[in-house]
Amino acid sequence: MSTDMQIDHPSPTGHGLSSYGPGRHRRVVRRFLRHRLAVGSLIFLLLMTFGAVAAPLIARSLGVDPFAVDLFNRFAPPGGASLLGTDEVGRDLFTRLLHGGRVSLAVGLTAAVFSAAIGTMIGLLAGFHGGRVDAILMRVTDGVIALPILPLLIVLAAVDLSKLGLTAESAGSETADLARLIAIIAAVGWPTVARLVRAETLSLKTRDYVTAARALGARPGRIMRRHILPNALAVVVVATTLSIGNIILLESVLSFLGLGIQPPTASWGNMLTNAQDLVWSEPHLAVWPGLMIFATVIAFNFLGDGLQDALDPKAGD
Amino acid sequence: MLSYTATRLLECLLVLLVMSFLVYGLIGLMPGDPIDLMISANPDFTAADAQRLKALYGLDRPLLERYGTWLWAALQGDFGYSRLYQQPVGDILLPRLGWTTVLLGTSLALTVMIAIPLGVWAAARPYSRVDYGINMICFAGISVPPFWLALILILLVAVPFQAIPAGGMGEAGAGLLERLRHLFLPVVTLTLASIGGFTRFMRGAMIQALRADHIRTARAKGLSRARILIGHALRHALLPLITVVALSFGTLFSGALITETMFSWSGMGRTIYEATLGNDYNLALVGLLTATGFTLAGNILADLLYAGLDPRISFQTASDGTGGGSTA
Repeated sequence: MSTDMQIDHPSPTGHGLSSYGPGRHRRVVRRFLRHRLAVGSLIFLLLMTFGAVAAPLIARSLGVDPFAVDLFNRFAPPGGASLLGTDEVGRDLFTRLLHGGRVSLAVGLTAAVFSAAIGTMIGLLAGFHGGRVDAILMRVTDGVIALPILPLLIVLAAVDLSKLGLTAESAGSETADLARLIAIIAAVGWPTVARLVRAETLSLKTRDYVTAARALGARPGRIMRRHILPNALAVVVVATTLSIGNIILLESVLSFLGLGIQPPTASWGNMLTNAQDLVWSEPHLAVWPGLMIFATVIAFNFLGDGLQDALDPKAGD
Repeated sequence: MLSYTATRLLECLLVLLVMSFLVYGLIGLMPGDPIDLMISANPDFTAADAQRLKALYGLDRPLLERYGTWLWAALQGDFGYSRLYQQPVGDILLPRLGWTTVLLGTSLALTVMIAIPLGVWAAARPYSRVDYGINMICFAGISVPPFWLALILILLVAVPFQAIPAGGMGEAGAGLLERLRHLFLPVVTLTLASIGGFTRFMRGAMIQALRADHIRTARAKGLSRARILIGHALRHALLPLITVVALSFGTLFSGALITETMFSWSGMGRTIYEATLGNDYNLALVGLLTATGFTLAGNILADLLYAGLDPRISFQTASDGTGGGSTA
């Protein structure tokens, strides 16, 4: 897959990406910086993250409460404390967008990390052991890839957590909504990483340093952990970054359909729930949250693309 | 060939079986089951009454036993009753399956017809301005939330142009033109949302195909650029595209669910969504299984088609789990 890595001869101990030495490191950074869209995206995403994390502070310093309903101040035009105006129940649009970013980034990053962890484990086991283990794991992976994800997630999202033993109060909480979303997305999101890691493992396990480790008596678990995983990390990082965008899209559509993050918590998806009825009279309410989703998702995709070019230049074509 | 097909079919049945059991088990965890509703509606309802009703409907039996009963009935063509529509589930799903096929089929045909030339164009001049522009379009297509795209299209098309409706399917028994008018926006949404992935794949497949030895030979023979692109490279790049199209049926169905819901198109996706919201879990379960069944069938079909078209593939190697044609 990556001929570039073969030339680089990772050190036998294989300590992650750093094992390529400072020269390799600098080359990766240089290649990434040349990718202007990816650099721009990274800056945008850092600003987004800052805005999302600081959302309550920003709201306070502007003197607005993003959750306060004010029916006398519906559809207020932009201006004054409300930088982008107010929504259909008089809440400030700008600070709600910032709060929505908290949800999207939290779900996107966490679910991506969880599904990458599951996928890496399955890919490593399948690629390293081969044979029947590989056959079974890859059949399961193919089965999950083929599933129509969105209808499945819709059914899963409707599960009543109080019937799983949670108290009615904690089952309806914001944390429970978030945890359920992350869990169900990670449960179906792992196959891409699993396939990539399997392919990478298949090629890595025939390298001389793996044979050497085996000859020295290293157990399979140690070989996978110390020699294969660190060298497969570049693939995992790229695939995970590219998956964040998809996960944010899934979260937003589930929240839009009323099955994800529940109001009054603001998410970009649920801010659009009422927008369809209002699109004729108040189009800007439909435009802003969608633009935020679009910009964030495309930024993650550019970032992933740039990382791919920098870490694994041959994979692009 | 026959044994390979049989193995694949068996695998798909296994996936469906596992999935039906999981989803059947989940239904017990859904809010608003009928007895809960009766309890909340009637203050005189005692715990003993609830117990009696549960026994009457067999809800006190173990999960595996209930699932067995359901499965046995389903295998005989009895998928149960929809609570929402008060009709047998099969009667509801069959016409909706047809409407989803119309929507998906039209959109997929359009997507492929646009993605192939775009991908070829980009691959013919890699790293040129054209390639860059097409790449940007692809990124935008992959990154746009389809439900928001639907909203924007309603805003940009249905609001100013009265001839294009913002939803619905026309009266029952409407003419072709009426249907097409209603089909327009859902198809455009779905096509724009899925074009990016296919175009990017097509570009990659073309660039690979252009590297092959016989292309160099064709160039050396002095064949024209167009002949090389269309006559030689495209033929090879189309093969993996078939696999990718088939593997994306699940994704396409997810897109169909969104467009159907946004444009009130009575298809499978919208029915599954509304059945879930309306606590009609039997309908949701059978709908989900039907959608999965068709997705899996599409995958098998693609494998067979691929093998039929490419003489280099033998079925011993086709079952090694790599599936071919996947891009990193």
